[in-house]
Amino acid sequence: MADHPLVQLTLARAREFYREPEALFWVFGFPIVLACALGIAFRSTGPGELRVAVARGAGDSALAAVLDASPALAAVVRPAGEAQAALRTGRIALLVVPGDTLNYRYDSTRTESRLARLEADEAVRRAHGGGHETAVRDDRVTEPGSRYIDFLIPGLLGMNLMGSGMWGVGFSVVQARQKRLLKRLIATPMRRGDYLLSYVLSRLVFLVLEVAALVGFGWLMFDVGVRGSVALLAGVTLLGSLSFSALGMLVASRARTIEAVSGLMNLVMLPMWMLSGTFFSYARFPDAMQPFVRALPLTAVNDALRAVMIDGAGLATVARDAAVVGVWGVVSIAVALRIFRWQ
Amino acid sequence: MAPVPASAIRCAGLVKRYGDVVAVAGLDLSVAPGECFGLLGPNGAGKTTTIEILEGLTPPDAGEVEVLGTSWRSGPTAALRERVGIQLQETQLADKLTVEETVRLFCSFYRDPRPVPDVLALVGLEEKRGAWVKNLSGGQKQRLAVACALVHRPELLFLDEPTTGLDPQSRRQLWEVIGGFRADGGTVLLTTHYMEEAERLCDRVAIVDHGRVIALDTPPRLVASLGAEHVVEFALADGAEPDGLLADLEGLPGVRAVRRVAERVALTVAEVHRAVPALLALLDRRGIALALLVTHHATLEDVFVSLTGRHLRDG
Repeated sequence: MADHPLVQLTLARAREFYREPEALFWVFGFPIVLACALGIAFRSTGPGELRVAVARGAGDSALAAVLDASPALAAVVRPAGEAQAALRTGRIALLVVPGDTLNYRYDSTRTESRLARLEADEAVRRAHGGGHETAVRDDRVTEPGSRYIDFLIPGLLGMNLMGSGMWGVGFSVVQARQKRLLKRLIATPMRRGDYLLSYVLSRLVFLVLEVAALVGFGWLMFDVGVRGSVALLAGVTLLGSLSFSALGMLVASRARTIEAVSGLMNLVMLPMWMLSGTFFSYARFPDAMQPFVRALPLTAVNDALRAVMIDGAGLATVARDAAVVGVWGVVSIAVALRIFRWQ
Repeated sequence: MAPVPASAIRCAGLVKRYGDVVAVAGLDLSVAPGECFGLLGPNGAGKTTTIEILEGLTPPDAGEVEVLGTSWRSGPTAALRERVGIQLQETQLADKLTVEETVRLFCSFYRDPRPVPDVLALVGLEEKRGAWVKNLSGGQKQRLAVACALVHRPELLFLDEPTTGLDPQSRRQLWEVIGGFRADGGTVLLTTHYMEEAERLCDRVAIVDHGRVIALDTPPRLVASLGAEHVVEFALADGAEPDGLLADLEGLPGVRAVRRVAERVALTVAEVHRAVPALLALLDRRGIALALLVTHHATLEDVFVSLTGRHLRDG
């Protein structure tokens, strides 16, 4: 058993990985540094209209119109429960509950939420002709599960699954091709499928550590918990990791040089970094883009991770996302196997 | 037990083109079981392309290949791969695996591998078994590459420039490994551009140039084809060559052939002790000064020079 080629190939891959200190940093250290920096600094996600929801109730439409008139805000009316969920997952910056006393709900640790709060108050004052003071009440929601960091940690986890899956596979496949090691291996009776599979398996060895490091960090430092089942979280990360490894194999299947594969990797990953809702909700993108954004594997992974970690969703809720991720993985590996360049 | 084929390797009419470049231009070979056969030629002669076609790694554009009685094209190749060992030119094994891990990895690919310690002993790397590949010397890396080709007790070993770039001691160590493999009855096909290596190791040598075999025989017979055993080389002090000198040289006692190679003149002679005094006397008579005078036993290098007018190393 220990001398099965798949075991030996996987061991070889794992050893090469953990003997590379730089790789260890990028996989384990970097996302934690990022989470730390973002979690503490809570950088605003940039200019543009801040999304605000008005909870359904007396005077909701009028209030929404007032808020929407502000150039800094985009306001919609939502049922209270839905609006609360939107706030928790970072899709909106501020929830305003109409009434005699205006109730602002937001995460005061999010810069954009605080900004939205100020802009909303300003808009309401202007609407009342300046001087008049409306009674307001601030509900700062900072309990675990509704802060930006709760939104951020699953996103970072998703981004990390993508990065380590793709780089882990792509870089070393191309290196082995460049060094003619691939050619040397196919000069043995080694089964080619074993070789490709060993990459995927060795990823799994580190996946456990990677996920544990980031989730554990979020839990210890920011009290970011996992509301859903840990088993489902494990399943989603496993599926995501396999799928991104397969995508990495596809990207690396023809490239002859490290430079070439680096460019291709960035080409594939950059849109997902920007669009897939790692740092801010992809709801900000225009409706026309939504089908495309939602079809990206990282979007599906992020959505599924957030559903499990923040909303405590079950299998049925994440099934669609899981299917998207699975299709990406299967198609990628199937194409990669067909077009793989061994020499 | 499969019947022993007449040839361990047989190929006919091999052709391989890369774009406009013809790397192999109609090459025929036959290597007998137990033989050590060398492909000798300068860089770019088509040696590597030829050996990789024979190894089943590069498909030829035309021609037939038969290795150990079977063809790479006839179905799955795993069974044939179990019987041949391959060392590729310039393959770098994984830097961050140890010697032992690398050997164990290669062992895992075969049905009946040797025990790892035996493989390490075979190439004298027992003491280095815990070292990372990247920390090995060039000679040790090359012995490890050969070890990986021997883990499964192959019948046939392909070596592509096994000692290129190695120091003399490392080269001798590798020659011993190859000698050990042959002593066990193995067949070897190797490429080299070192004529000492071909003379030392090979039963027969094919001299390859521009993708063709231009001479094929045992090393002694190839050297004998020069018609004399010694070579006298000299260069003139002022570089210029007086009219009629070459013709005069041909008339000297014991001189079989006269060739100009670059700045030098090379004489193939039967008896140095008669040719050299006659040469010196001739030059003295014509008032020509020498910049250099060397003599050596004729080698395969001289055979190559006589066939192509170029040195092996010049490519």
